[in-house]
Amino acid sequence: MYPIVESTHVLSLMVFVGTLFIVDFRLLGIAFKNVPISELTSRILPWTTFGFVVIVSTGLMLFYAIPIRTYHSIWFRFKVVLIVASGINAWLFHRKMTKKPVVWNNDPVPPLHVRLSAAISVLVWSGVIICGRMIAYNWFDCDKQQPGWVQFLAECRAEDLIH
Amino acid sequence: MNLYDIFDYLERSPIGEAIRNSHWLFPVIEAFHLIGLVVLGGAVLVVDLRLLGLGLTRQTISRVTNAAKPVLLVGIAMMFGTGIPLALSEMIKLYYNRSFWIKVTTLAIVLIFTFAVKHPLIRNENTNRFVLFFIGLASMGMWFTVAGAGRWIGFSS
Repeated sequence: MYPIVESTHVLSLMVFVGTLFIVDFRLLGIAFKNVPISELTSRILPWTTFGFVVIVSTGLMLFYAIPIRTYHSIWFRFKVVLIVASGINAWLFHRKMTKKPVVWNNDPVPPLHVRLSAAISVLVWSGVIICGRMIAYNWFDCDKQQPGWVQFLAECRAEDLIH
Repeated sequence: MNLYDIFDYLERSPIGEAIRNSHWLFPVIEAFHLIGLVVLGGAVLVVDLRLLGLGLTRQTISRVTNAAKPVLLVGIAMMFGTGIPLALSEMIKLYYNRSFWIKVTTLAIVLIFTFAVKHPLIRNENTNRFVLFFIGLASMGMWFTVAGAGRWIGFSS
């Protein structure tokens, strides 16, 4: 069961971040330059949302399968921080897009502040993918003696240590 | 020299050796393999969705395909650039791994299909739209198989 949920998590990653990156590449002015931005946000982002629903559902199931170790994983903690950061970035961007009429809808290369939001999105989601992949490795697990900063970030408890 | 000998020879290559001797290299390259997957996946999906009559329907199919092509090529380059070193580090394991063979076989088919069948038929204005619909389905199915079988390499032994 775990491998099936994990594989679905990866396939939905392809749908979720894959379609999101297409929109980001357009906002960066490096791909789909002759397609209006509003068309990508209205026709592609619903697929991003669909992928997001699947990836969050499978992600919660994976967490529920191994809750304590994952909760104490510094990679998992970095990942959650980055997801929140990208959520704030996306929220600020959408507020900007809906507030006043967008004059750069057809620009092949949108203004700097738009490109900046898109660049942050690409970098932060890449960071989420890297941290997510690293959760599987046990270098920083609390069952081994860890440096002080890891013990602090992971909230390691004395009883976690295997002697 | 049979196939096993070739895999054995590649497993001993300096790149394979270096990755095996490092705690970090395999996971880090693997993470970038996943980032390549989303770049490639996005480029495949916009085109295949369009072939199914979804997504960017206000643009012509050939326009979407052309716009996605640089992203597709970058994605493929990222996947080979990270995938080959990962494979070199465990060639003998892969030789006995059924998922690996499913993955590389499907990958070879879908690459030939994409550049020798799909793109030429999209460029041809007379192609029947039902044919294009099924091309989109086949392409998406094969790419998901490649990705799923790839993930499964790590689960099966």
